[in-house]
Amino acid sequence: MANSGGGAVCNGKLPNHKKQSDSSQNGNCTKNGIVKEAQQNGKPHFYKPIVESFEEAPLHVMVFTYMGYGIGTLFGYLRDFLRNWGIEKCNAAVEREEQKDFVPLYQNFENFYTRNLYMRVRDNWNRPICSAPGPLFDMMERVSDDYNWTFRFTGRIIKDVINMGSYNFLGLAARYDETMKTVKDVLEVYGVGVASTRHEMGTLNKHKELEDLVAKFLNVEAAMVFGMGFATNSMNIPALVGKGCLILSDELNHASLVLGARLSGATIRIFKHNNMQSLEKLLRDAVIYGQPRTHRAWKKILILVEGVYSMEGSIVHLPQIVALKKKYKAYLYIDEAHSIGSVGPTGRGVVEFFGMDPGDVDVLMGTFTKSFGASGGYIAGRKDLVDYLRVHSHSAAYATSMSPPIAEQVIRSMKFIMGLDGTTQGLKRVRQLAKNTRYFRQRLHEMGFIIYGNEESPVVPLLLYLPAKVAAFGRHLLNRKIGVVVVGFPATPLAEARARFCVSAAHTREMLDKVLEALDEMGDLLQLKYSRNRKSARPELYDETSFELDD
Amino acid sequence: MATTTEQWVLVEMVQALYEAPAYHLILEGILILWIIRLLFSKTYKLQERSDLTVKEKEELIEEWQPEPLVPPISKDHPALNYNIVSGPPSHKIVVNGKECINFASFNFLGLLDNPRVKAAALASLKKYGVGTCGPRGFYGTFDVHLDLEDRLAKFMKTEEAIIYSYGFATIASAIPAYSKRGDIVFVDRAACFAIQKGLQASRSDIKLFEHNDMADLERLLKEQEIEDQKNPRKARVTRRFIVVEGLYMNTGTICPLPELVKLKYKYKARIFLEESLSFGVLGEHGRGVTEHFGINIDDIDLISANMENSLASIGGFCCGRSFVIDHQRLSGQGYCFSASLPPLLAAAAIEALNIMEENPGIFAVLKEKCKRIHKALQGISGLKVVGETLSPAFHLQLQESTGSRERDVKLLQEIVNQCMNRSIALTQARYLEKEEKCLPPPRSGTGESSIHNQGGGPGCPAIVCFRAWWPPHDT
Repeated sequence: MANSGGGAVCNGKLPNHKKQSDSSQNGNCTKNGIVKEAQQNGKPHFYKPIVESFEEAPLHVMVFTYMGYGIGTLFGYLRDFLRNWGIEKCNAAVEREEQKDFVPLYQNFENFYTRNLYMRVRDNWNRPICSAPGPLFDMMERVSDDYNWTFRFTGRIIKDVINMGSYNFLGLAARYDETMKTVKDVLEVYGVGVASTRHEMGTLNKHKELEDLVAKFLNVEAAMVFGMGFATNSMNIPALVGKGCLILSDELNHASLVLGARLSGATIRIFKHNNMQSLEKLLRDAVIYGQPRTHRAWKKILILVEGVYSMEGSIVHLPQIVALKKKYKAYLYIDEAHSIGSVGPTGRGVVEFFGMDPGDVDVLMGTFTKSFGASGGYIAGRKDLVDYLRVHSHSAAYATSMSPPIAEQVIRSMKFIMGLDGTTQGLKRVRQLAKNTRYFRQRLHEMGFIIYGNEESPVVPLLLYLPAKVAAFGRHLLNRKIGVVVVGFPATPLAEARARFCVSAAHTREMLDKVLEALDEMGDLLQLKYSRNRKSARPELYDETSFELDD
Repeated sequence: MATTTEQWVLVEMVQALYEAPAYHLILEGILILWIIRLLFSKTYKLQERSDLTVKEKEELIEEWQPEPLVPPISKDHPALNYNIVSGPPSHKIVVNGKECINFASFNFLGLLDNPRVKAAALASLKKYGVGTCGPRGFYGTFDVHLDLEDRLAKFMKTEEAIIYSYGFATIASAIPAYSKRGDIVFVDRAACFAIQKGLQASRSDIKLFEHNDMADLERLLKEQEIEDQKNPRKARVTRRFIVVEGLYMNTGTICPLPELVKLKYKYKARIFLEESLSFGVLGEHGRGVTEHFGINIDDIDLISANMENSLASIGGFCCGRSFVIDHQRLSGQGYCFSASLPPLLAAAAIEALNIMEENPGIFAVLKEKCKRIHKALQGISGLKVVGETLSPAFHLQLQESTGSRERDVKLLQEIVNQCMNRSIALTQARYLEKEEKCLPPPRSGTGESSIHNQGGGPGCPAIVCFRAWWPPHDT
């Protein structure tokens, strides 16, 4: 096992290390805010301990969960039977008369789950909002007269719902204020479209400016930006690897990475989520035995991981992965969609979180959708990598380039985080986010919920398990004017339906307390406090002053 | 009698067994066991099986040298020395500091710097900020998105529309939402890259037919019909799709939609139509190729287009009947797993639609210009115009290839540079040659380097964009 300097999963806290990262936050920042100390010392690295938990559910909960799905399925069959015989009205859209004799567009079983299980609880998703997705948003009230088959807007607006669902980590997605003036200016000058691709006539000076800034922000040689985060993965991985190459992909990787890997034509092998033994075994076997059947050596091996996993709240075990990748000469592609801006002492993502050198990661990918409150994505790294992508990226050759006002919003946000706007507000936001995250997670833990993931990850999944509770949870909280995201199968394993909170720097303590209070009640009402290693409730811990000390 | 003698033999044998001495029986028993053992054991090792020792493994790991992550590329590749546009790419464009007339962007209707569009986007910026911070499912659905979907559906006269946040991802996500492994897709050879990627993601069987050649398509459909009769059970679950473009991005030609619809009903295959170039261009009201041919839009199963050309915003949409479109809300990867379209871009698209609806005359102006430019481009020695006169994207092609693609590209680039010197911005249509190989170039034998031009008269509402195929010219 390549286990470089103390990076193992351990549960204790290491006070001396904490101090070190604190001091670097306050003092040794270089001009663009990269913590040099952590990168330059020649001493063996002493990485941050990884404190993560994935508590198992009690057995009876699992039994009830499967029973819940079983009952739902039984009723589904019953209702399908009734619909077939015309006893129950069928609300689903149907094929045109003229095309009834075509091969059916959908297989019946494909839609069974959608029709009979998803449809019952559909009101918890796609809820339309009509304001900026800030810490509070306004939601359009909708009702259904036919059990969620169609929705009708009442015209009323539910004002000031606390937003626990948007990935607005730093609170930079907000309604217009004076700080957004540059965005307005760019919009007025450029308009919104580009109407050409990067290769043809769609490289604007705004794009160049943004790319230089991203490279500076990440402390790498070069960067390239793309118009959509999803496409950044799915259209660039095929440019990097192909037939005869091997992709080692984390089992919980995002759909865009999976699609990119599939489009590349490379062989794909999956390792267990964040499991270094599993990854090392695959790497060893790949290098030793080569390709299956032909036994030729692999051309190259690319490891695909995410910084923060959006459904688990876990943080990639970067130090160990980098050690492995160096040992086996593989390349590392890391998707920082959820981690850029939201973790690390100055918001530079997981690389900074672990105090590592950005040069250790071959391909740094991230999106502007979340922390930066815009849209699009980037790939950054060495200059030869970025140059290669400029020539070979599918996106650069065939897709319209990024809208100029969106690019300007990213520039504005990035400068804000870097402190180039002349204030320390950006840094404050990053630290506020860390503080909010800690507080929110700790309180939930104390209440006895099972929450997944790293204690410093702003993505907080709270396990609900039972499908019926998923719906009840979402609806009850909306009644209390709290908007949460609930997810179930197929986005999660069948028995691990959950609610997911995204903590934001823009959440005030009052908002978080209100949410926590509601969750506490909800936990008792719906019997959600499954955790068996419940700590004794010690409310004095959350006293404002003692919390500050802890941080 | 044979049987009685046999019985006698048996009796004798049993008697002999009784009479035999014990050592004899034991010996025979051992012999029998030995034979059994010989029968079931391998007499020799097939292969000298020896696992690698730890040391050998370490050596192998030490030895292995991967290829570099990216191969080096020459510094003079055009994509590295790209043109930088400062300011808006409207009908005047500043390329590398030089002001030119823009014939290079797809801004067909000139809506890119339309003040009304900008004002609408600005109002949206003031209300919603920029980003949506979430996919449609998780509080990323804004009232503007619903409005835009509604407006697009009404404009196209279909039941439902769905919007994506990226034009490329639209058709590339829509195809794999329906067509799965084992299904069959009939696709035109000249189909654009987004379609190719969608097909690749779907893992369906792909049958290519010659560009716009309906006889060839029918031949393939017939072949499939014969195949289906052989295996009717499989045919009952094999979906068939025909994927075509309204106005081909790569050739500037229009698909023969009426024939396609006939073939659709004859062979029971669904039609997916990509209209990125024809939406907002063809037809009296800019509804695209269906309106152009007067085809009932319900005969087309799915229409997809991007909002990046005529609408001069960002994103794409699919429209059709709810039965078809609604499925993408859970199965369209680019829809479910991507952040939704920033509201200001949606607002810009709505306003652009308003303008299109209010001034149907602009489509006539655009067509007039296309015709004029098409005519004017005829007769340039060494170059020929490829594509329909109605197409706003023309391809100029060298009449004769120099024989090597590389030299063709150079020659065309020289022409583009010369135009640029005279303040006319054209661009060479760029392809990823290695990637495009999976679908061969639409015309064999001709060099397929092409120049794509875009045209607009200053001060006119409609801008013409044209792409042309210029095969080599000697002298």
